[in-house]
Amino acid sequence: MNRAEKALHALKQMDELTEMDSPVHRLSALSKLLVTLLFILITVSFHKYDLTGVFMMALYPYVLFQLSGISFRLCIYRMRYAIPLVAMIGIFNPFFDRDPLLQIAGISISGGMISFLTLLLKGMLCLCASFLLVSTAKIDDLCAALRRMHVPSLLVTVFMLTYRYISVLTEEVALMTDAYHLRAPGQKGIAFHAWGSFLGQLLLRTMDRAQELYAAMLLRGYNGEFPDLQKNENRTASWIWLITWAVIFLALRWLNIPDLIGRMFMR
Amino acid sequence: MIEIRNLTYEYEPGKPVLKNISFTVEDGERVGLIGANGAGKSTLMKLMLGLLESTDAVFADGVPVKKDTLPEIRRKLGFVLQNSDHQMFMPTVAQDIAFGLLNYGMGQTEADRKTDEVLNQLHVSYLKDKYNHRISGGEKRMAAIAAVLAMEPSALLMDEPTSALDPENRRRIIQLICSLPQTCIITSHDLDMILDTCSRVILLDQGGIIKDGPAETILRDRELLEAHHMELPLSLSRR
Repeated sequence: MNRAEKALHALKQMDELTEMDSPVHRLSALSKLLVTLLFILITVSFHKYDLTGVFMMALYPYVLFQLSGISFRLCIYRMRYAIPLVAMIGIFNPFFDRDPLLQIAGISISGGMISFLTLLLKGMLCLCASFLLVSTAKIDDLCAALRRMHVPSLLVTVFMLTYRYISVLTEEVALMTDAYHLRAPGQKGIAFHAWGSFLGQLLLRTMDRAQELYAAMLLRGYNGEFPDLQKNENRTASWIWLITWAVIFLALRWLNIPDLIGRMFMR
Repeated sequence: MIEIRNLTYEYEPGKPVLKNISFTVEDGERVGLIGANGAGKSTLMKLMLGLLESTDAVFADGVPVKKDTLPEIRRKLGFVLQNSDHQMFMPTVAQDIAFGLLNYGMGQTEADRKTDEVLNQLHVSYLKDKYNHRISGGEKRMAAIAAVLAMEPSALLMDEPTSALDPENRRRIIQLICSLPQTCIITSHDLDMILDTCSRVILLDQGGIIKDGPAETILRDRELLEAHHMELPLSLSRR
């Protein structure tokens, strides 16, 4: 199995996750999308030194992992390439911000280190929430939810067609890669000098497909606007889900929960 | 009825790919359009569907194929592409079938009903909620035909409907084509399939009609076929 085929397999696995049955899967995509957006907004809004505050936001992915039955390990596995990128963004913080911010057991910890950890945690939580969204809501339901949010039809169409054709494109890449390796035995990957023609071929094939696809759309009455994709009506549970999490997120953001808990014990 | 009158078409000036083509396909007739690669079959199909512009040379039920009449023409003529992946662009089979219906103003409930009906007709109801990128080649072909049939066209144009199918799926498609009441125009290099499905064959070469007649006669004419870079259907060559 080459890399492209592995990517295709991973995509198939993601599809299978959306077909699971759990209380979270049964909620409307719109409510899940809104809760995820709110979660990301609130998470990134925490101050750069507010590590405990951001840590409390882990409650949402924790509850979702428990309710949906989706494996946390799978999530970490899927995020393995993204986490280092998030870490790269804040990697220099400890070098630039050296002022000691707190001391733990006599060891002073700099503001840069705390801000780095906060950033890393924020990134991981946002990635987790996004992963949970796409593994509990089907793509067509998400597109319908985006249209309900009045996201322009063109963007939703591009998003939907990209998802539909990513597997076709990946299959094409897999075939081309296999064809290349059959005539270039012993080579690891595709030689640098072949990349131009390889990508050129891929582009030409993609354009051919795009033209034929557009013709197929025109032949069935496409006039620039996709028909209404809405199908899931928001149910009571979805509304309760949305409102409950909105209240929890706002409470976590504006009430210092760790401090409140600490005071309870101090008394 | 589909009528082509003195159709000539050229992509580059002075190099016509179709030369003075004329023929009529009556209602309910199944016609095979055969010819070697580059004979002009695909161009002819595109002209019939209005994907390429022609001037008063193509008529469907008396309506000329031109810019103003395209919505009406495309309602009358359904097209099944060679590659079903290009035809099935919505995420699920049901959404794809409903796509054309909704575009032509049908309500969601009615479109759902029609989707169920056409899937039942083709005995593939189980495909309804499946993702298009996760079904087999044969299933994709059935779903693509279902999407076109749902529009209730008076004629079906099919480009290589049996290409890349295993024998069982090929047989299913042939049976399906034979059972359709609509006019069918089929282009294919699978001459056995043309022999099984079509009563009439039009042989094209270098942009012109070489022969137009009964399938049994043309497809048995070894000399004619070989003169135009084709071969007898396997089922006939073994006899």
